[in-house]
Amino acid sequence: MNLAPLNVALVGVLGLLGIGMYGLLMTRNLIKTVIVLQILVKAAVLALVMAGSAAGQIHLGQSLALTVIVADTIVAVVGLALAIQVRRRCGTLDVQALATLRR
Amino acid sequence: MSSILLVAGILVCAVQAIRATRLLVAALWLAGTSGLLAILLYMLGAHEVAVVELSVGAGLVTVLFVFAIGIAGEEAMDAHGLLPTPLATGLAILPLLLLGWLILPVNSTGYLAGFTAGTADFSNVLWQQRGLDVLVQIVLIFAGVVAVLGLLAEVPAGAREDKVSPAEGVRVPSNKDLLSGTTILFAPEIRNQQAEIPGDHIAEPEQAVEEAHR
Repeated sequence: MNLAPLNVALVGVLGLLGIGMYGLLMTRNLIKTVIVLQILVKAAVLALVMAGSAAGQIHLGQSLALTVIVADTIVAVVGLALAIQVRRRCGTLDVQALATLRR
Repeated sequence: MSSILLVAGILVCAVQAIRATRLLVAALWLAGTSGLLAILLYMLGAHEVAVVELSVGAGLVTVLFVFAIGIAGEEAMDAHGLLPTPLATGLAILPLLLLGWLILPVNSTGYLAGFTAGTADFSNVLWQQRGLDVLVQIVLIFAGVVAVLGLLAEVPAGAREDKVSPAEGVRVPSNKDLLSGTTILFAPEIRNQQAEIPGDHIAEPEQAVEEAHR
């Protein structure tokens, strides 16, 4: 296998996706969930740039990656604000404890 | 060789961000992931995105995480996750195998062996060809600011008194309450109904009082 930067980046994309999916399935903390989402989005950004580079349209890949970074930042901000409100009102960040709450 | 080390560092930082028990440590490992990813993006030729990733991913987002963790506080949790570890590992590996099976034939043909810079300028692509994306980004930023202002707004003290916590809504009535005719709250919805009609008692306590008088 040729170890060009793009091939190595492909391994990085797959690795980040695997780590992110595993973390998403295993994490119970709301703030940690946002951290795992950030890891998944980093895999998407790297994949977009890699695909743009491979197709000879690096600027198009960069433009799309820039949009993804902005959207991801907004998701992180809103997710953290939601986690803070959940912590204030329910006293916990545990997703499992929140799922078992009864009105 | 340097790209291999960078990817290895990115993966190690990502694993440590998930494995860390303290949220602050996890946020710092995530910042390390962003920093190394920015270097890798620069090596791939995406200079503008590398700068944005370094400033936003490693800077702004890390500050946001530290701010949020400082407000919410650290919370000790059990080690086990939502799913059993073997099941989660299998569910994470299975899509990767499928994705690798789809991508690797493309890779073997040498399609991804090299990259060439496009003829169009980045600013031309961003502002002319992808102008709608820029508008969407602006709308997203405004929507995010409004959402955060709404979410972090303090609830007024008077409005908070009217709310009933779940623990208050399920209070079990005592015999003294039943004999004296005190209104018992069984659920927040019932309490709200009673607040609209003053003096109207709830059916269950009244029946209990009548039975007690008999």
